[in-house]
Amino acid sequence: MNTLHTFFAMGGYAAYVWPAYAVFFIVLIADTIAPSVRRRRVLRELRARLARQTVRQERARQDQARDRANGNPLPTHRLPESDGSRSCP
Amino acid sequence: MSSWIPLWLHKLGSPPTFYRFAGTLRPWAMALALLFGAIALYGGLLLAPADYQQGDAYRIIFIHVPSAWMSMFIYAVMGVAAFIALVWRIKLAEVVAMESAPIGAAFTFITLVTGSLWGKPMWGTWWTWDARLTSELVLLFLYLGVIGLYHAFEDRRQGARAAAFLAIIGIINVPIVHFSVNWWNTLHQGSTINLFGQSKISWDMLWPLLCMVLATKFYYVASLFRRVRTDLLALEGGKDWVRRIAESEAGR
Repeated sequence: MNTLHTFFAMGGYAAYVWPAYAVFFIVLIADTIAPSVRRRRVLRELRARLARQTVRQERARQDQARDRANGNPLPTHRLPESDGSRSCP
Repeated sequence: MSSWIPLWLHKLGSPPTFYRFAGTLRPWAMALALLFGAIALYGGLLLAPADYQQGDAYRIIFIHVPSAWMSMFIYAVMGVAAFIALVWRIKLAEVVAMESAPIGAAFTFITLVTGSLWGKPMWGTWWTWDARLTSELVLLFLYLGVIGLYHAFEDRRQGARAAAFLAIIGIINVPIVHFSVNWWNTLHQGSTINLFGQSKISWDMLWPLLCMVLATKFYYVASLFRRVRTDLLALEGGKDWVRRIAESEAGR
């Protein structure tokens, strides 16, 4: 118990030594966490974009099929979006 | 590009290959960083004797000096990567340079704060406008300038080129930081560690310090690889290899 006490006292310099070590670890832990958080956000946004794109293409295909069934073979206004070339803004 | 560059280096420069390569090495680098860090803390805080003049306050050296070295080392890496990025327009070099900046800024910040906490009991002041301290503060501002310039552009690659230019100009400050204690009469003490001769420190204090130097080096590799991987995913969002990763990690 006594040795533990002297260890934490740091010869009277505890108020300087321990904050220094605290800053070291807090900054490096923050530096470790930040990219992981960003990585999850990047992948989530990418999945959302891919999902939107799939829905858009699906809708365009349905419109096309309906128009063809109605005897209207001309392209509809939604067609330009359906070719996938605008996939990644 | 010229034929003297080996093929594997070309391959490593391609984002999907580097993504896999960094993903394999990163856990090992982090494990080594934690291992050496733990050994260094044990040796520095428990085994090393107190200093005859500074008592236990000197134990700040075990994080202050490795962080200061990293602040300069990372700047040098950033400068070299920035040069490669500007000359050969390699996307990976841009990413390495730009993702080094936050890690370097973190170590520079640690250096300044721990130095201040060490200066108060030893010099009687938190801060003084002396050559070593001022040039280290300029180094922090250079890092922040590179980060800020990078994010100031709408186009990421254009921002990277502008920031790389600033990084190269700022490299002049690295030798100034290093030699400031020799060139000017400063309050900061001179170099304790001498790589090519006798160090002015006992072995009991030296080995934990060198362990921490290794730990911070490995930490930099681990942190850089994690950041570069994330940045590559963001930059290459439209590519198939990134889509596959996004879909495979959907459940997490």
